[in-house]
Amino acid sequence: MTSMTEEHLLHVRGLTVAYQTSEGPLPAVRGVDLVVGKGEVVGVAGESGCGKSTLVSTVLRLQPPGAKVEGEVRVLGEDVLTMGWGPLRALRWADASIVFQGALHSLNPVQRVGNQIAEPIRLHEPKLSRADVDDRVNALLEQVGLSGERSRSYPHQLSGGQKQRVMIAMALACRPSLIVADEPTTALDVMVQAQILDLLSGLVRDLGVGLLIISHDLSVLGDVCDRVVVMYAGRVVETGGATEVFTDPKHPYTRALSDAFPLIGDRSARYAPAGLPGDPPDPRELPAGCSFAPRCRHAADVCRAAEPPLIEVGSGRSAACVRVGEL
Amino acid sequence: MTTASEDQTPLIEADGVYVDFVTRGGQVARALDGADLAVGPSEIVALVGESGSGKTTLARTLMGLQRPSHGEVRVEGKPLDYSIRALRQFRGRVQMVLQDAAGSLNPRQTIYESVAEGIRLHRRVASDPEGRTETDLVATALAEAGLRPPDRFFLRFPHELSGGQKQRVLIAGALALRPQLLIADEPVSSLDASIRGEILALLLRLRQDLGLGIVVVTHDLGLAWNIADRIAVMYLGRVVECGSTEEVLESPRHPYTKALLSVVPEMERLEAVVLAGEIPDPTRIPSGCRFHPRCPALADGTAERHGVADKCRTEPLELLPAVGDHRAACHLDAVLQQGSGPSEGAVRR
Repeated sequence: MTSMTEEHLLHVRGLTVAYQTSEGPLPAVRGVDLVVGKGEVVGVAGESGCGKSTLVSTVLRLQPPGAKVEGEVRVLGEDVLTMGWGPLRALRWADASIVFQGALHSLNPVQRVGNQIAEPIRLHEPKLSRADVDDRVNALLEQVGLSGERSRSYPHQLSGGQKQRVMIAMALACRPSLIVADEPTTALDVMVQAQILDLLSGLVRDLGVGLLIISHDLSVLGDVCDRVVVMYAGRVVETGGATEVFTDPKHPYTRALSDAFPLIGDRSARYAPAGLPGDPPDPRELPAGCSFAPRCRHAADVCRAAEPPLIEVGSGRSAACVRVGEL
Repeated sequence: MTTASEDQTPLIEADGVYVDFVTRGGQVARALDGADLAVGPSEIVALVGESGSGKTTLARTLMGLQRPSHGEVRVEGKPLDYSIRALRQFRGRVQMVLQDAAGSLNPRQTIYESVAEGIRLHRRVASDPEGRTETDLVATALAEAGLRPPDRFFLRFPHELSGGQKQRVLIAGALALRPQLLIADEPVSSLDASIRGEILALLLRLRQDLGLGIVVVTHDLGLAWNIADRIAVMYLGRVVECGSTEEVLESPRHPYTKALLSVVPEMERLEAVVLAGEIPDPTRIPSGCRFHPRCPALADGTAERHGVADKCRTEPLELLPAVGDHRAACHLDAVLQQGSGPSEGAVRR
């Protein structure tokens, strides 16, 4: 791989984030490495509480104040964690933007959507005339598959899929190089989900932006991403090419996530939904050794001895499981 | 597995149900346009379709929460009585688990209170054949929903539970009334992938242990493949394809079902048919086949080649019967079925 971080749109190294709570520090992200290149789609999978949303917010330094952050986050080569407010504000929207989870609630209900899309443009390019801003908003709406007239609509006049398109238009408003999408299709139904994923893939292809998608649905990520990173209890437990990770998972946790979505036509899945018993561990009381061991069918004594490092398990693939060779 | 055959009286049945809503502008939106559905004892039926297909309205109509404008709902063969007294009795037998587990529980009520509420409303303690106390009934329901040991959950509040546990509390609340039928609206869509299988396994176990009939309203075809005996695919207020889960998902006949299947992310061997747009406005149901403006088989000329394109645009389709064989409401399918010889379901009236 390239040594120059400038080659990457996003470069995260050794990222650790801990929240301060009344019951002591809560480590949400524990030593995560992640790279997103130009025109690349990278997915982050994991269940609630695995630290994926914390990871995303740290990329644009949106983590709550008081969170203790260590490690390195570079967007277009610039260190996000140490830069001043001015450059940081310039970076948000213009270099990297976020499509937040729950598009249905992220829009201002009493403002026309065109106005909301125009807001970051006006902030970042104050010299642009009103007509130019309007033109840009119309072009953006068309780019996400809505008619320009939609700019006059209020959020309640739009369907869930249309609102998600507006959110994406807003993320594109200042022509960023990197887009981060946090659960972009979670509340949408299958056909609309397919439309939104198509739209995102098309934008990556046409604009050459980098895309980081967060989801708990590994099957969605397997479909649209080039590479995926699977997180559990704040750590990366598996990474590799998206299709390979989904169809041939190496880590037992990834296998459980992948099995949760049955292949239609697979008779062995009829009347046999695959579940993963138990809950993720409390980050304040992580079990000794591998944090997945208490829920893992294959856990042995060796698993409880030490936290397993990510080891290479094939070309471009690695998994944090000491028993990966035997399973 | 069990299927509601024609000789057996279904537990609950919707027969040509129409539901109209009048919009603010005075237009009539037809949420259900002649929907048929039947659910037998210990049968799991999945109601699938996009948002706006009318699946939730049909579920509400089965619950007696929505009165049909035409058609009727029958309970064990008898028309549903909409008097307050009869409905109250009926709701003890049919229970609904709502979509948003987190939003459906009162945050200031303990888990015990949430589950006991239905028991009190329906005076189940007085009528319990085994003379059990309220505490016994709550404990049994929680244990059946997989929250064990139940007394550990009595005094907890919803915010102390995980998403999967909250969903189980809702299911326990429904089970406490000993219903014969459970209607679950998107029971796992807001849950993590890892918990999803656990909740689905619970539904299967309840069917087996308690003989519960279950209607699952979902847009998730993988879920249907996991647990459903039969599937009814809805589009714009009507069932457009129905049959056993294997028939509908392995050899879909309606172009709409095919499109839905092709966009399931795991179905990589199928070329994705992403339909443009969304379900049309129910105040203006298209003429002919209601799906024709979005139908890929009409757009790519397949319907034309089989000489049904005009029919698709102008001739409405008949309602599908609530029980019986695999059928699709599609002009093209009717021709293809005839062409393929006397295969199963090819004979249609």
